[in-house]
Parts: sequence; structure tokens; C-alpha cells
Amino acid sequence: MLEIRNLHARIASTGVEIIRGLDLTVQKGEVAAIMGPNGSGKSTLSYIIAGREDYEVTEGDILFDGQSILEMDPAERAAAGIFLAFQYPMEIPGVATMEFLKVAMNAQRKARGEEPLKVPEFLKRVKEAAGSLEMDMAMLKRPLNVGFSGGEKKRAEILQMKLLEPKLCVLDETDSGLDIDALKIVADGVNALRSPDRAIVVITHYQRLLDHIVPDTVHVLYRGQVIKSGDRTLAQELEANGYAGVIGEAA
Amino acid sequence: MNMHATSQRTLAEASFVEAFGERISELPGDAEVIVRRDEAIEMIKHGLPTRRVEAWHYTDLRRLLSTVSPFDSALVARQLEPVLSGSTVLPVLNGVAGGRMPEVDGVSFEQLSGKLADGSFARALGPRGGDDAIGALNTAFVADGWFIDVAPGTALEAPVELQNVQAGGQTHVRFAVRVGAGAKVTIVERQAGNGPSLATSVSNLTVGEGAEVRWLVVQDQPDDATLLTQFNAEVAKSARLGLFLMNEGGKLVRQEVRVKVAGEDSDFQLRGINLLAGSGHTDVTMVLDHAAPSTGSRELIRNVVTDKARGVFQGRINVHQVAQKTDAKMACNTLLLSDDADFSAKPELEIFADDVACGHGATVTDINADHLFYLKARGIDDKSARGLLVKAFLAEAIEQLEDEAVIDALEARLDAWFALHG
Repeated sequence: MLEIRNLHARIASTGVEIIRGLDLTVQKGEVAAIMGPNGSGKSTLSYIIAGREDYEVTEGDILFDGQSILEMDPAERAAAGIFLAFQYPMEIPGVATMEFLKVAMNAQRKARGEEPLKVPEFLKRVKEAAGSLEMDMAMLKRPLNVGFSGGEKKRAEILQMKLLEPKLCVLDETDSGLDIDALKIVADGVNALRSPDRAIVVITHYQRLLDHIVPDTVHVLYRGQVIKSGDRTLAQELEANGYAGVIGEAA
Repeated sequence: MNMHATSQRTLAEASFVEAFGERISELPGDAEVIVRRDEAIEMIKHGLPTRRVEAWHYTDLRRLLSTVSPFDSALVARQLEPVLSGSTVLPVLNGVAGGRMPEVDGVSFEQLSGKLADGSFARALGPRGGDDAIGALNTAFVADGWFIDVAPGTALEAPVELQNVQAGGQTHVRFAVRVGAGAKVTIVERQAGNGPSLATSVSNLTVGEGAEVRWLVVQDQPDDATLLTQFNAEVAKSARLGLFLMNEGGKLVRQEVRVKVAGEDSDFQLRGINLLAGSGHTDVTMVLDHAAPSTGSRELIRNVVTDKARGVFQGRINVHQVAQKTDAKMACNTLLLSDDADFSAKPELEIFADDVACGHGATVTDINADHLFYLKARGIDDKSARGLLVKAFLAEAIEQLEDEAVIDALEARLDAWFALHG
């Protein structure tokens, strides 16, 4: 589903290279964890997959369902089925959350040639998704993410993910800022989305989240490259021994 | 004066002087009105204000008013559907008040031409000072308009729409509204038209003790129209005035707002939206006097400027010595959507009382790239995402109106503007 080949990318404004020859393949139905120390390029990778223009790909390719996505803008990538759950979701004053959800869902439906959702059907879907994440509907009447706590913002991201039903979910440090109860709710939300037709990439610094979202594969990112891949035991090994050992091995 | 007395008159100045000579005999007015008209045209003979006159620094009227549409009584302007449905509409079409005289309990309506002819309106005419070019032009040429008297204690359910529609020529109109003590009323001042017109329109409002007035100015002139307006209001004790301005269009628009919160515990709220596209020049200039103790005011202006449009906001708050416990805050925020768009903001506070809470702020920004990326990452295309963010920026100024029908009507106008310029 996702195939990244020898990717090199830099910050457009400064020319500093962050991703330096990264290879990664994630299959349909797979949950892949990407771990790595701070500054290894984890968040940058998530932004590049989503199409943020602050980064420039200088070499390599990203294939989604066998097609290169490098020429697609973020909206086209989203409509094709790529979803990024942000580490720091934006607060956007003046944009009502419900209105935003409706516009986003219908924009994607339109891009796929589907009819816009009727209001009752839209409300039903939002209520169901919000209920499963233990979110209060009153919260969704507020402007998008404005005044939401850290945990509420992360839940709102998962809510969007549920409603948009992407093929590829990229979760950037979704565990940061969550207490254990919120972590569990969010993890349950993600687990409910596991499906043979969907790939999930979980970017995290800590093993903690992976106790709740058990990955099929684990990849260690360091200085813009995947330096080691393995199964879930690799995450446990990192938790026990830190990144130093793996980094030493690779060097 | 403006030092042009010896220099050659511009085309505009010359055509005003010439038109005055031709029209003075037909214009309504008794001897006193004629004296005031004569004085006013003398001011125009000395020249329109340039940027060297402080009040006109960002809008050099002498330079910008390059052409003047001629008077043409044969032109036909058509009455429009009101902004708020169910309104009592008082039309002024191509400068002439008309239509069926409405009947509303507690309110009397009179055509202004009659009050000019019998001289009863003479004292309300005249420029307020040497830099009041709009007051002078309007005094010289005003031919019609409406006078509305709302009896004390009247609570009007239906809004009143003063509808000034141009047909491409030149018109000078005045509206005078007196709202009695304890009365409550919503008034829409509609400034619309077709073709390359020149119009001056002056509105005078007095808000009686404890009265509540909401006044909405909705201006959507075509791109070749020039509109010079003035809104003068005095707010009595414990009365409240909410003024909302919405400008969209016009080649040259100058909108002067002069409000005096004159009675204790009175309040003035200004919300304004300027939607500026094309190559027009729109100037909102406000002078607010806090002239009594314990008065409040809030001014919030939101501007969206694109293409080669240019906008100006001058906001001046004078807090008189007597006006202790004044609570005034003014903000002007601008979103520039193109490299050639331009906005000048000049907030000023002049405070002579020592126990007040006053503040002002002005910002000019571009669309937030992080916000834009977030929306696009959810599948919303670039154009729609920008539209959402611009609307969000403007929403605050509209939502504070706290009236669903008004908010819906204004948001519909925003949507229509975005469909054209988004």
C-alpha cells in the first residue's frame, strides 16, 4: 500500500536535508510502528507523506497503491485515502467543528465522484463516532480544536479519521500529551479501524502506545533513514535498552 | 483652506461649480437653505481636500475624484429586495425619494425634499468644518431623502430599510432619523447601484434616552461607482447604538462615521467588514467622542483585501475630560490575499480623563499556512480551504450581532462575494 523508495527530502526554506535515503514498505492490513530518537525525522516523514509544502523531495519516490503521490497536493492525497493524525492539531478560530467535518467529508466524497451526505446521515455518523470515543457532542459545536485539551484534540483527530475512512492512516505521536485513560480510548479507536484493507503507520517515541496498538512491524528511524526493522519484539528491546544499541549496530 | 484657490480647478471641481450654477434654481430650499448651499459651494470652489489635509491623508480626494458623473434625471433606478426580509423599505431611486408612504404605528415618515423646501431642515445642513468635503458637497446639492421620527417607547418589529439606489448619474441624499426615548429599532442603510455614479449620502441619527438602535450599512456599489457617505450620531443617556458596516465594491468609497456618546451610561458598538477586490479604494474613517461618564464602546473592523484593492481605516477615539470610567477598545485586523493589495490603518486615542480603560490594536496578516495545510490534509481543496479561513476571520465581526436573521442575511452576502472573488 505504501512504498517509500530511497527518499531524500530537505526543508525548502533552508535546504537542510532531513530524510536521507529512506526505504519503507507497509502492506495492506499492516500496522507499522516507526520509532526513533528526537530529531530523527519521524514527524518530517509524516508531513512529507501528507504533502506539506515546507519540504522538498530531492530524490526517490513515495508510492501509494502503486502510484507516485509526489505531484499531488495535500487535498488530493487526502481524497485518495491518506490521513495524517497531527501531533499538534491546529486550533482554527471561526471554523465550527461540525461545519469543518461536513465540508471535509463531502470534499472527499466529491473527489471520489460520490454524492454529498444528507444532513441526517452525516449527523448519525458523527454521533456514532463521537460516542465510541466518549466525546461530548457539545464539544463539536465549538470552533475547531479551540480550547480543546491535549487529549480532546487527539480524540478529535481520531474522530476525523473514523469519519473519513482513509486507506492509510499516519499517526504522528498520537500518544503525546495523553493520560492513560485517554490513551486507552484513542488506542481503542485506532484498533477499531484495523482492517485487511487499511494500513496504519504509528509514529511514536515510546513503547507505551504499542502496548495498546500492537504493531505487526517496527522500524527504527535515525538520521533520516530506517536503520533497523523487525517485529514487535524490536519495540520491547528498544524500551529495555534504549536506542543507543541499535544505533551503534547500524554505525 | 486648501491652498488651491489660485491653482487651476480639477475637472471634478469645475464640474461641481458648473452644475451648482445650473441646478441651484431647481433645488428645494427656502432662503436660509440657499445661503447654506452657497456657503458650501464656496468651500468646493476653494478645492477638494488633498492628502495634505490630515483627515484625507490616505484618500487624496482631489486626485482620486478624477471624473464626475453628470446629473441625469432621466435615468431609472429600480427598487431592490431588502437585505432583511419583511423590512419597511423607503427607497431613494436615482436621488429621488418615492414609493408608497408606509404606515407604521409610532413612526412618522417625511420626504426630505419637503423639509428642505419649507426650510425646517435648514439648520441640519452645512459642513462641520473646513475639511468636511462630504458635508459641503451634500449641503450644496442635496435634493431629497427621508426624515423618520420614531416616537418614544416604540419597539419596531420590522426593520426599516433606507434604500439609496444609483442609476449611473449623480445624486446627493440625506437621511435624518430621530429615535425617541426608550424606543427600539433596526435600520438598514442600503447603498447600491448600477453604472459609473457619483453619490454623496449623509445620515444623521439621534438616539434618545434609553433607546436602542441597530444600524446596518450595506454597501455594494459597482466597480465604477464613487460613494461618499457620512454617518453622524448622538447617543443619549443609557442608550445603545450598534453600527454595522459592510463594504463590498466601489471605485472610490469614503465612509465617515462620527459618533458622540453624549449621555451617561451610553454605549456604542461598531462592527465592520470590508471586502475589497478589483482596483477600488475604500476608506472608513471614524471619529468617536466619549463625552459623558461611564460610557462604553467597542470597535472591530475586519478587512479582506485582494487583487489591487486598497483600503483605509482611520479610527479616532476622543475621551473628554468629563468622561471618567470610559471603557473603549478598538481593533482593526486585515487579511491581505494578494501581493498588490494594500491596507492602511491609523488608530488614535486622545484621552483627557484620568480614570479610563482604553486600548487599540491593528494587525495585517496573510492566511495562516499551518491552518491551510491542516484543512487541505483533510481533503478540502485549496480554494475552499482559503474560503473557509477567510470566512472564519470575518465571522467574529458578524457573530457578535446576536440576531440570527441578520447574521444569516450577512453571511449569505459573504458567500456571494466569495463565489465571485474567492
